[in-house]
Amino acid sequence: MGFGKAEKTNQQMTPRYTWKIESGNSWYSLKVKEAWEYKDLFFLLLRRDFVAFYKQTVLGPLWFFVQPIITLFVYTFVFGKIAAVSTDGLPRPLFYLPGIICWNYFAECLLKNSTVFRDNFNLFSKVYFPRIILPMSIVFSSMVRFFIQMSLFVVVLLIYYFKGLKPEINSTIALLPLLLILMAAFGQGLGLIVSALTTKYRDLSLLVNFGVQLLLFSTTVVYPLNAAPIAIRPYIGLNPMTTILETFRHAILGQGSFSVAALVQATIITICIFFTGLVLFSKVERNFVDTI
Amino acid sequence: MEQPIIKVNQISKVYQKGAIGSGTFSRDLENGVKSFYSRLTARNKDEARGLRKKKESIWSLKDVSFELHEGDAVGIIGRNGAGKSTLLKILSRVTGPTYGSIEGRGRIASLLEVGTGFHPELSGRENIFLNGAILGMKSFEIRKNFDEIVEFSGVEDFIDTPVKRYSSGMYVRLAFAVAAHLESEILIIDEVLAVGDSAFQKKCLGKMGSISKDLGRTVLFVSHNMQSIQNLCNKSLLLNNGELIRQGKTADIIQEYLNEQETYTSLELQKNRKGDGKIKFKNLRLIDPETNQVLNQITCGKNLLVEIDFIAKEGAPIKDLEISIGFNDQFGTRQTLISNELSGQTLSRPNAEIWTQRILVNKLSLALGNYSLNLFVSSKGCIHDWVMDAMPFYVEGDAYFENITMTLGSGKGNFYLDFNYL
Repeated sequence: MGFGKAEKTNQQMTPRYTWKIESGNSWYSLKVKEAWEYKDLFFLLLRRDFVAFYKQTVLGPLWFFVQPIITLFVYTFVFGKIAAVSTDGLPRPLFYLPGIICWNYFAECLLKNSTVFRDNFNLFSKVYFPRIILPMSIVFSSMVRFFIQMSLFVVVLLIYYFKGLKPEINSTIALLPLLLILMAAFGQGLGLIVSALTTKYRDLSLLVNFGVQLLLFSTTVVYPLNAAPIAIRPYIGLNPMTTILETFRHAILGQGSFSVAALVQATIITICIFFTGLVLFSKVERNFVDTI
Repeated sequence: MEQPIIKVNQISKVYQKGAIGSGTFSRDLENGVKSFYSRLTARNKDEARGLRKKKESIWSLKDVSFELHEGDAVGIIGRNGAGKSTLLKILSRVTGPTYGSIEGRGRIASLLEVGTGFHPELSGRENIFLNGAILGMKSFEIRKNFDEIVEFSGVEDFIDTPVKRYSSGMYVRLAFAVAAHLESEILIIDEVLAVGDSAFQKKCLGKMGSISKDLGRTVLFVSHNMQSIQNLCNKSLLLNNGELIRQGKTADIIQEYLNEQETYTSLELQKNRKGDGKIKFKNLRLIDPETNQVLNQITCGKNLLVEIDFIAKEGAPIKDLEISIGFNDQFGTRQTLISNELSGQTLSRPNAEIWTQRILVNKLSLALGNYSLNLFVSSKGCIHDWVMDAMPFYVEGDAYFENITMTLGSGKGNFYLDFNYL
């Protein structure tokens, strides 16, 4: 149903039809132009998520810090003190914290996108707007939390700096925006794939929470890539999150393995996942109201 | 000839009956795995399609075509389940048609529900912008109309209060005010007028009238209230079982719809019934006892005469009959019951094949909404006839008690109580 596709008519004196609703559903109609028309809605949804969160809590954004700090202590205790997993020679808080924060962001993008149809059923079943606006607003409003949590990392970094540890910030820091985009796109892509599948096979939604927890161990949140056996490193590298985390550690802390080839591979995988998610989402969005 | 603003070409909507969401997880899993497996093992595409087709399908809309012109105000009339809501959903693009297409120009704004997307934590001001954007307005358009929206809603003093603190009346007024100021060329409205007090309802109707008459926009309107359709719409469409039966001038269409309703009260062909059939319900009429006219619209607070024709087989019981009428709401929940057993009256029939029983209901206290009747006749514990959903009808809201002047809106309850604040 390509709104915006002009329909040709023979009557030249009268205004032409400007849109058409059809029964078929083309694979490639992502309706970017139409979504752009609704950009005001996108910003209002962002604002809504932000304001609503503040109004509901006393501590407001302080809550954003509680979860990573507690997780950090647990990781330091379990993987540091008990299992004694290597951290590439870095202090444990500096090693774990970026992993925790990035993983949080990725997981939130994935989980919130995967339930976007169910969470917004009432809205979707009553009024039309380009559906993709909602997943997009999820990714960006989660980004607010990401930045707030990242400030915690900066504080920890400064503490270590004054204690005499010199972070080895290098030119790859210019890649940070790209890493953020990759994280968002990868999380959203996977989330949209799941959301599209769960409208038909609802059981899948039960696996997702569990799956995300397991996925954590398939990437380098709690261990550095060079601590993994060489034989399985390429498989760990298949998860774009691995490359993202390794590149991040390399850019700020001078540790971690960085290679352009890995980054290209992660980008390609992310793009594939992202577009698969978009296409599946746009295929399902239309009639999901009838099935969910 | 002016080109129509919307052209609907043979749209149909097919729903799969059952199988979507059985309610329990284990059955879902089982069904899911089964259908997934059978689709996987299907040798080719045709077989897979065949498997899918096995499920029973319901045609919610069938080959509906019509054209709307600029400035038309069109009413969509039909019984419950005639396909009105489906048609609105497709036009507002909430769901797609199974077959057919719709062409048009200009923006469509649809109002299938009042206050869609309102967030309780946000203030009235913030919700005006959010709701407006959801309905397709740009921020500058909302800013332009902001003062007018606030004034129309009458909640000026609370505009910066979170809407969770609003009374339900204020909430609805604000929501409708946003929708009424949409700058779209086409406006689709589904019975949202059945909200608020009667003064606000009148205000909304007036606003909608001016949208189509003064501003020349196109309005599509669904309601069970024939009075508002008559007042608002110059044209109407009549739907029945998903098919477009007729279109034309509103007065003609309403007449046809009401005639059709009368024939529907013939109960002989009704399939959904139980009993031994010795005595059967034949006809049912709802009558205004003052004028003796068959009623098309039942009004709260008025007297109502129910006339039931029976047909009896030879040898059917004559004495000790029990005749009951159950009133169900639109969700099928029993609201009340009329029965001679309750009033302690004994009933016997004349020794004739066909006879009529009349029941007078004083001052109907059902509030505005859709209801349906279940009919039941028995003698000495033996069920002769039991007709489910014998007759759906709509009760129009009106003042029930002298001291309670406002009407109870839809969803606010089904009955009036006689109360007084001391």
